[in-house]
Amino acid sequence: MLSRTADHLYWMARYTERAENLARMLDVNCRMTLLRQEEDITRKRWASTLATVGQIDAYLAARDTITQDAAIEWITFEHANPGSIERCLDRARENAHAVRGTLTSETWETLNATWLELKRHKRVAVRRQNTGDFFEWVKFRSHLARGVIQGTMLHDEALEFTLLGTYLERADNTARILDARFELLMPDAAAPDAAVDYYEWSALLRSVSAFEVYRKVYRDLITPRRVAELLIFHEAMPRSLRHCTHRVHQTLVRVANARSGETTRRSGEIQAALQYGRIDEVLDVGVRGYLASFLSRTSDLGARIAHDFLLSEATV
Amino acid sequence: MVKEAIFDEMHTAAGDVRAHYQAYAEWLVETPPESIVEKRNEADTLFRRAGITFAVYGDETGTERLIPFDIVPRIIPSPEWELLQQGLRQRVTALNAFLHDVYHDQEILRAARIPAEQVLCNVQYRPEMQGIDLPMDVYAHIAGIDLVRAGQGEYYVLEDNLRVPSGVSYMLEDRKAMMRLFPELFARYSVSPVEHYPDLLLETLRSVAPSGVRDPVVVLLTPGAHNSAYFEHAFLAQQMGIELVEGQDLFVDDEIVYMRTTQGPRRVDIIYRRVDDDFLDPLAFRPDSMLGVPGLLTAYRAGRVVISNAIGTGIADDKSTYPYVPEMVRFYLGEEPILQNVPTWILRREEDLEHVLANLSDLVVKEVHGAGGYGMLIGPLATQAEIEAFRLRILADPARYIAQPTLALSACPTFVEAGLAPRHVDLRPFVLSGRDVTMVPGGLTRVALREGSLVVNSSQGGGTKDTWVLERALC
Repeated sequence: MLSRTADHLYWMARYTERAENLARMLDVNCRMTLLRQEEDITRKRWASTLATVGQIDAYLAARDTITQDAAIEWITFEHANPGSIERCLDRARENAHAVRGTLTSETWETLNATWLELKRHKRVAVRRQNTGDFFEWVKFRSHLARGVIQGTMLHDEALEFTLLGTYLERADNTARILDARFELLMPDAAAPDAAVDYYEWSALLRSVSAFEVYRKVYRDLITPRRVAELLIFHEAMPRSLRHCTHRVHQTLVRVANARSGETTRRSGEIQAALQYGRIDEVLDVGVRGYLASFLSRTSDLGARIAHDFLLSEATV
Repeated sequence: MVKEAIFDEMHTAAGDVRAHYQAYAEWLVETPPESIVEKRNEADTLFRRAGITFAVYGDETGTERLIPFDIVPRIIPSPEWELLQQGLRQRVTALNAFLHDVYHDQEILRAARIPAEQVLCNVQYRPEMQGIDLPMDVYAHIAGIDLVRAGQGEYYVLEDNLRVPSGVSYMLEDRKAMMRLFPELFARYSVSPVEHYPDLLLETLRSVAPSGVRDPVVVLLTPGAHNSAYFEHAFLAQQMGIELVEGQDLFVDDEIVYMRTTQGPRRVDIIYRRVDDDFLDPLAFRPDSMLGVPGLLTAYRAGRVVISNAIGTGIADDKSTYPYVPEMVRFYLGEEPILQNVPTWILRREEDLEHVLANLSDLVVKEVHGAGGYGMLIGPLATQAEIEAFRLRILADPARYIAQPTLALSACPTFVEAGLAPRHVDLRPFVLSGRDVTMVPGGLTRVALREGSLVVNSSQGGGTKDTWVLERALC
């Protein structure tokens, strides 16, 4: 298929997934603020979230103080923020628009309808009372898009590059969400086995749809060690780093071309490290350091994918 | 404003319903008005959800707009279409013969049937095309011929569109919408199908492949998602199962055109382009073009790739060439034209200029290189100031203009705010030329939604209607 088409599909999927994960992060924060309303903690919480999504500097350049309302506004609809949920959905739709002929009409109509409804959501001013509904809506539109894509599109290269975008983005986002929690709650990386703040950690689990999964897998108290283990190493957990990188690697094997050998090798390396790695080693080096290294490797993989498949130079 | 009586597609001058609209009129009476309102809203939702939109140039706020779709079909009886079809085939054949001639021996110029300087000094004439042989000698593989009816219902050709005619996707989507909204109407009428147009187009394109290519790769070249007709480009590429490419997706190496794919370069044989000549190749035409492919013209001239429509077809559909098309039919085919031109004054002619300047308030004056309803004066609808301003423009460069009488375009009942009312319509059938000259029965009917307006262009408030060519005579 055309490199440009693959590029649009890949970014369509990445932006859809990113919008979903932003909504998940905001949702969990809002819920937590209802439980603990101390101003200081609330500010730290939102500062950490803005840092997680790479927006803290831009935010502080535009705003004097960090408040919940302002942070939500910034991440959802702020025009000056190129990484807002609105802009993600705009771009998902723009990318879909550019390849609408490659998509099934159901897929295009789903993304287009999301975009049209988004503008309506924006008009009714998503603030305070109905933010929860809005985050839920973003999440479900993403579920719907994924379902329609998998349920209607031909299982060919177009779908491969779409899934590649979804899983690479999700691996990145899960790592960031986990990192933010460890920064906020365990700055000194002490006592990973202690039964700590139940609500904070269960909220994290809920934000990645892993609360019930945790119960099922561990049938035990919630500890940071197990949370990290679940989200990093659990093979069957659809948002874990291992699961996502496994899917990325499989896809890269299937779409391999003459120049992508090194990229496949590197994705295999990342995957093997997750397949055979253990949580103790992660705790030894520190969860945050481990995740930082993981994020830099997935970002390298993203750049390599762009180079090998998406922007292929003229080579005859 | 328009003095003549207007020909009504549905009713006779006496107010009776014409035979081919009888069943529709009965259906209208039987159907409750609220149900029709509901259907109109449903149609709107259908089009919006499918994103069947067009972009309006120079409009910052709403860059995407729906083309209004009217649910009253424009119905054409079978014998009437038969005649149109013959006329269209004849006209397009002559136009292609003219293009081949102009870019080869120029016999028609030597016979002085068309003034030579008018062709050779025209910016639409492309010297790069001189002497190049094209498969089947076809230049305009896709032609959109705009027809109007006036007087007692006679058809006239208003203009030929031989560069990158658009609108065929609306013809197809309008039919789809009508069948979904009003299946019961299709039980009352035997409407000729148009849905096979993409197949016919692909077959036509494949039939003009470069010589020696057995299984040609066809692509559709679009300027990109911001082009006003992008929906159509994506739609046609998908319907034909071909790649929708932009200039950046293609490159030329050793006179061969390739597209960049995830599996490396892949050869391209036929480019159905929806990009204007000027932007096709920055090395040959506009150097600032980001839409084209450097080196494309060289590959084209070497016969390694086919471009559809060919480069340089604009010389045949230029408004200054238009008055001579009937002459082309006589010259190349030795036949009398079946379809008539609208009488036209050519302002580069002294006596025509004089007549037109004396009668500006009655005439339509058009810029010869204009398109899309821009750059024209509709005398009867213009203010005195507008007329005087236009007069100065004409005097500055008369050769840039032609003039025609203000035709009382036929009208077709259309749903407007106040209910059903007649609105002016035209018709653009799409004629395909490859190994054969073919077309699907019908075309795009455009309707001027503003009362009294004669401008049907979608960029200026025009809408569309489904066009029904009936399978057999009903009367």
